[in-house]
Amino acid sequence: MTNFSAQRIFELKKIANKIRQNIISMIFEAGSGHPAGSLGMADIFTALYFEILKHDPKNPDDPDRDRLILSNGHICPVQYASLAHAGYFPVEDLQTLRKFGSGLQGHPHRGFLPGIETTSGPLGCGLSEACGMAWVGKNDNKDWKVYCLMSDAEGQEGNTWEAVMFANKYKLNNLIAVIDRNNIQTDGTVEDVMPLNSLKKKYQAFGWAVAEIDGHNFEEILGAFEEAKDLAVAGPSLIIANTIPGKGVSFMENKFEWHSHKISKEEMEKALTELREEILHG
Amino acid sequence: MRDGFAEGLVQAGEEDENLIVVCADLVKSIKIDKFAEIFPDRVIDLGVAEQNLVTVSSGIASCGKNVFAASYAIFSPGRNWEQIRTTICINNQPVKIVGSHAGITTGPDGATHQALEDIALMRVLPNMIVLSPCDYLETKKATIAMAKLNKPCYIRFPRSEVPIITTLDSPFEIGKAQVLKEGNDVSIIATGEMVHFAQLAASELETSNISARVINVSTIKPLDTKVIQQAAEDTGAIVTVEDHQIVGGLGSAIAEYLSENFPVPIKMVGIKDKFGESGAPEELMQKYGLTKEEIIKAVTTVLRMSAKG
Ligand SMILES: Cc1ncc(C[n+]2csc(CCOP(=O)(O)OP(=O)(O)O)c2C)c(N)n1
Ligand SMILES: [Mg+2]
Repeated sequence: MTNFSAQRIFELKKIANKIRQNIISMIFEAGSGHPAGSLGMADIFTALYFEILKHDPKNPDDPDRDRLILSNGHICPVQYASLAHAGYFPVEDLQTLRKFGSGLQGHPHRGFLPGIETTSGPLGCGLSEACGMAWVGKNDNKDWKVYCLMSDAEGQEGNTWEAVMFANKYKLNNLIAVIDRNNIQTDGTVEDVMPLNSLKKKYQAFGWAVAEIDGHNFEEILGAFEEAKDLAVAGPSLIIANTIPGKGVSFMENKFEWHSHKISKEEMEKALTELREEILHG
Repeated sequence: MRDGFAEGLVQAGEEDENLIVVCADLVKSIKIDKFAEIFPDRVIDLGVAEQNLVTVSSGIASCGKNVFAASYAIFSPGRNWEQIRTTICINNQPVKIVGSHAGITTGPDGATHQALEDIALMRVLPNMIVLSPCDYLETKKATIAMAKLNKPCYIRFPRSEVPIITTLDSPFEIGKAQVLKEGNDVSIIATGEMVHFAQLAASELETSNISARVINVSTIKPLDTKVIQQAAEDTGAIVTVEDHQIVGGLGSAIAEYLSENFPVPIKMVGIKDKFGESGAPEELMQKYGLTKEEIIKAVTTVLRMSAKG
């Protein structure tokens, strides 16, 4: 179990709730975007930016920072909202998502926004980039770690498995990957479109240490990160986060149609009402 | 030319301890073994995984290392183009991509292994620099120069043995083309191992009183537009020569520039929208029209077009 107080966990829940509200209004304002995955990962992003990561929003290029690679770039609204609340840029900027001249590009674009380590969106590349970084960190005896966030459907990309083997060969124990196991993708459920079955067994067979958690339970999330950070683990670590796509908005939950979808004004209002009530009663 | 790369890489590695080489199961074939012997800790062999090759390299470069990512041109940039575009070019990470076995002279391996499109693939990418040296010495200089460059860069060279036509003192600078022979009637602009054939053609043309300028374009992007425009102005007729598809290669690059700035007739010698096949390099060059004779024919035609001949 973790050392986090009930009070702290409640604070984190409040931040995640705020981030979810931002996601809804950002995508509404933009007129397009990816709500389901973004909402589903709000708790994990909150844990990372507000507890786990060693980072300094005022010095985003600090060479000693932990690196956070978002491989499935389409859920960038959750990262943008987390970065804003962490202090990388003003929260008001969130409403410029996907607009001309904004740093909040439709998919993350390195150089456009502080805190974005790499350009992503084309799926299946992030873990390789994270491997390259972790290889350098390990070779040069650096303290910083590399966190790579991926979607489950990225497990259908060959490039991902090339990286999985690499991390094992070079025993990258400073690399912590997280898979958003929400079982949705564009065309349906992941298990229908192209089954991945047990990601746990697959990764274990490739030499990874694997933990499987409820991606909405802060105690489990924080506990898994604390464990994965322990360098006593000989190789790379994976956290499989079972999440509910669309989490927090009843009519979006577990519906693959919300992978990519615009949000109407009525839908936004309904969603925001639900989210506000959740935090009042939660 | 692979030896030039091998030696250039060792020298660059001696000069820069941050230089890392990433390869995909072709260490010997691309002659990285010398470097690997001297600097075993600075070589990563990640297996037959070309998409991983360039994406891992992007990650390494982002941590301040000087990375060379090496494979055959057909697989890198052939197989992993979008990964190069996203993780190297859009990110602007200074990865040095090495494409060996470029061109039809890859020979007996057949069409699948002959990269005839790699210049086109790399030339269209913003931020990417494209090098195509002409011989062993120039490959060595180009390798050393690209190691000092803090930008994404692609270098292609053939597998086959190529005569040495430059000297130790020949100038080399990324972005500069070299005039190897002066001439006023026509300019033969070539790249890679075809520069040698351009020279042979020019000598033979001398005997028919045609004075051909020979230009070696070892940097295809950014193109040395000054030298190209001067050639167009002085000679009014141009022949381009490359071991690559005519579509999208050196000839296209020159035509793009001149058509907007100083239009003159151009004939292009290269692969004409075809795949190759197995054979000795010389047999294939004969069949696919990469010969001295083909260059001379192109010169005759272009001179007629420019109403000079
Ligand atoms: C290489 C590549 N192919 C296709 C796409 C288009 N695309 C965007 S997201 C997606 C899959 C969505 O599934 P998942 O990654 O699990 O995301 P989730 O719906 O769970 O957010 C696809 C096919 C892409 N971005 N990259
Ligand atoms: Mg999914």
